[in-house]
Amino acid sequence: MRPSRLSLVTALAAVAALTTVTACAEKSDAGGDGAIEVIATDTSCEVSKKEFPAGHLQLAVENKGSKVTEVYVLFPDDRIVTERENIGAGTKANITAEIKAGDYEIACKPGMRGKGIRQQVKATGGGKTVQRDPALDAAVAAYRQYTLEQAEETLPKAKVFAQAVKAGDIEAAKRAYADSRIGWERTEPVAESFGDIDPKVDLRADGLEEGQDPETDWTGWHRLEKSLWEDKKITPRDKELADLLITDLTVWQKKVGTAEITPTSMANGAKELLDEVATGKVTGEEERYSHTDLVDFKANVEGAEKSYTLLKPVASKNDAALTGELDTQFAALNTLLDKYRADKTSYVFTSYDKVGKAERKELSDAVNALAEPLSKLAAAVVK
Amino acid sequence: MGDTTHSDEPADTTGGTRAPSRRSVIGWGGAGLALGAAVAGGTAVALRGPDGTESAGSAGAAVPFHGAHQAGIATAVPDRLHFAAFDVTAKDRAGLIQLLKDWTAAAALMTEGRAVGEGAFGGLPEAPPDDTGEAVGLRPSRLTLTIGFGPSLFTAEGDRFGLAGRRPDALVDLPKFPGDNLDPARSGGDLCVQACADDPQVAVHAIRNLARIGFGRIAIRWSQLGFGKTSSTTPDAQTPRNLFGFKDGTRNVAGTDTAALDRHVWVSPGAGPDWMAGGSYLVARRIAMRIETWDRTSLKEQEDVFGRDKGEGAAVGKAKEHDEPFLKSMLPTSHVRLAHPDSNGGARMLRRGYSYTDGTDGLGRLDAGLFFLAYQHDVREAFIPVQRALSRADALNEYIQHVGSAVFAVPPGVRDKDDWWGRELFS
Repeated sequence: MRPSRLSLVTALAAVAALTTVTACAEKSDAGGDGAIEVIATDTSCEVSKKEFPAGHLQLAVENKGSKVTEVYVLFPDDRIVTERENIGAGTKANITAEIKAGDYEIACKPGMRGKGIRQQVKATGGGKTVQRDPALDAAVAAYRQYTLEQAEETLPKAKVFAQAVKAGDIEAAKRAYADSRIGWERTEPVAESFGDIDPKVDLRADGLEEGQDPETDWTGWHRLEKSLWEDKKITPRDKELADLLITDLTVWQKKVGTAEITPTSMANGAKELLDEVATGKVTGEEERYSHTDLVDFKANVEGAEKSYTLLKPVASKNDAALTGELDTQFAALNTLLDKYRADKTSYVFTSYDKVGKAERKELSDAVNALAEPLSKLAAAVVK
Repeated sequence: MGDTTHSDEPADTTGGTRAPSRRSVIGWGGAGLALGAAVAGGTAVALRGPDGTESAGSAGAAVPFHGAHQAGIATAVPDRLHFAAFDVTAKDRAGLIQLLKDWTAAAALMTEGRAVGEGAFGGLPEAPPDDTGEAVGLRPSRLTLTIGFGPSLFTAEGDRFGLAGRRPDALVDLPKFPGDNLDPARSGGDLCVQACADDPQVAVHAIRNLARIGFGRIAIRWSQLGFGKTSSTTPDAQTPRNLFGFKDGTRNVAGTDTAALDRHVWVSPGAGPDWMAGGSYLVARRIAMRIETWDRTSLKEQEDVFGRDKGEGAAVGKAKEHDEPFLKSMLPTSHVRLAHPDSNGGARMLRRGYSYTDGTDGLGRLDAGLFFLAYQHDVREAFIPVQRALSRADALNEYIQHVGSAVFAVPPGVRDKDDWWGRELFS
């Protein structure tokens, strides 16, 4: 983790300026004047009106299906305007939001899974509609889906890790540790945008402030990493921390869908992932006890490459030389990383304390070679 | 170097889109000839003040980038150095050529005191600026950027760049000398760039921006900062002192001595491959000094070691620094006697080394020394025989250790704005 995320903050400010929205989901009976009816079943999501004036939006949801459902109002890039979870079979719910003019989607998610059944709707009038590029909206939506998947895949792996800690099984916990972090590391800039979660789950010992006590104030993966590899024992406190890690990661999973993601923040997020590699992984600081830095390294690169791949159709139109260079340098770095694992599908990498100074420099040079052109991706996307 | 008479007109700080930033303050100081900053040879800058007097080579001014020889060799030696050696990571010849073209364009801008690319600010807010910005508002500071090609660029095995057949015979790998304790991580390199400037920030800015432009095609292998010159090419100026406190480079090749330059420094046409005509060969040696030990050495021994007195710098038995030394009056192991051209078949080098201090060594001692830089027409006739003699017998060896080493073929100058570093090598 790193403390400040300037580019994401900037992106946040830009988005906030474009789409100031206040949303809330109230518990009340469905109905009311001017409400748009949403009839959700296990296979459909019917909306009574697909065009309505901007301003106060009220959805009267009725779940006529057999499964518990969720209903979302989404921006075209899949960012959540408002949502309502846990609408039981045969029950009704009200959802309200203040929305500006523009295109939206209403999604019902029977079983509370997947992308849901979508309906295109439009809010009219009330100021000018923001010009959007469908290709970029698609990229953002796909990236949001990726971040959701990463969070969803991380939780079960983190639970394996937490269970091992709680069982006092040091060896099993060590085996599960690095794997439990991959999804987080792939999407770290998004995870970090929720300022309160990152310090709880990914803080390193040197991140503690003066006056903070490592015994009581240090939580998350790296605290447990120290117990397992350095202290070589699992304390009752560690077992509590294992539970807390799952609690915090569950909050992360819930919040991911609300992250402010823009094409620019995606591009800068990719660069930031390489920054993470350069400042934490190449130096061996991130995983100073477990030496599993190369696992994080690979995950950071994969996350950066995901953003890049999604933005590439737009970026290559604006700057084909840049995307050519990025293709080359991603491939070069991945090839280099493959030298440190026996099997290209495995996430078991050479322990970083076994990686010599010259090899670390080679890795660092490859990071420089990729990060420099990657810093130009945002400009190629917004041109 | 005094710089008291320069205009204090503030620099144009726009820094963006190729605005003449640092350049706007060059040399308009009237009779602004800074004392001690003498004209430094045929390639030195000759700027005219309003009254027509030449205020050449003044600290802070620009040194022309283009010319028959690269600047940074015979031109005046400013007090600050950032020297970097690079490994080329470009996969092929085309990539290397493009790098050299990109570097040349950036070097031409920076030596004029301009920002690289589209400037340091004012561009797209989503993109990092082309220029890193720390030199905005600073003067050109006599920045010179000098490139060299190391032996490994011409390696026959694999012949990455199709250059194996073009390696000059004179670009030899230096032999091992007695006492060498070379760190491979501070030695060698496919390319080097020597950045000399009056302002250290200008020199560091130049290396930093060239490295940044090159990422993906080069990786920095090692680099060295120098904080004070130990030799000058301007004999009328006060001779600088090294960290042992002695004047250094009293008899250095002067930037104005074209006969000596042609004989000892520049590669003559026909003396090697055509692409090196007008170029030179550079030896770089990081020489660690055992500072604390030296400081406890008696004055007599210090003077015996060098063969000159510490105050005036006069040779043994002589009154003045520039009096011709009588070598036989010096101890046979004295540094000046062993290094003197008369002891080495007339061999001379143009030295422009720098003192360095990279903090302390963890044992409570300065990590300091001399970053030796010497240009010559052929290392086989100059540095190698001289260093052989020194490494065997020099009394100074008790107080120094060579810890880094590199040798480079330095191509001739970039002639004009259509030319680029090393073009002849690739043509």
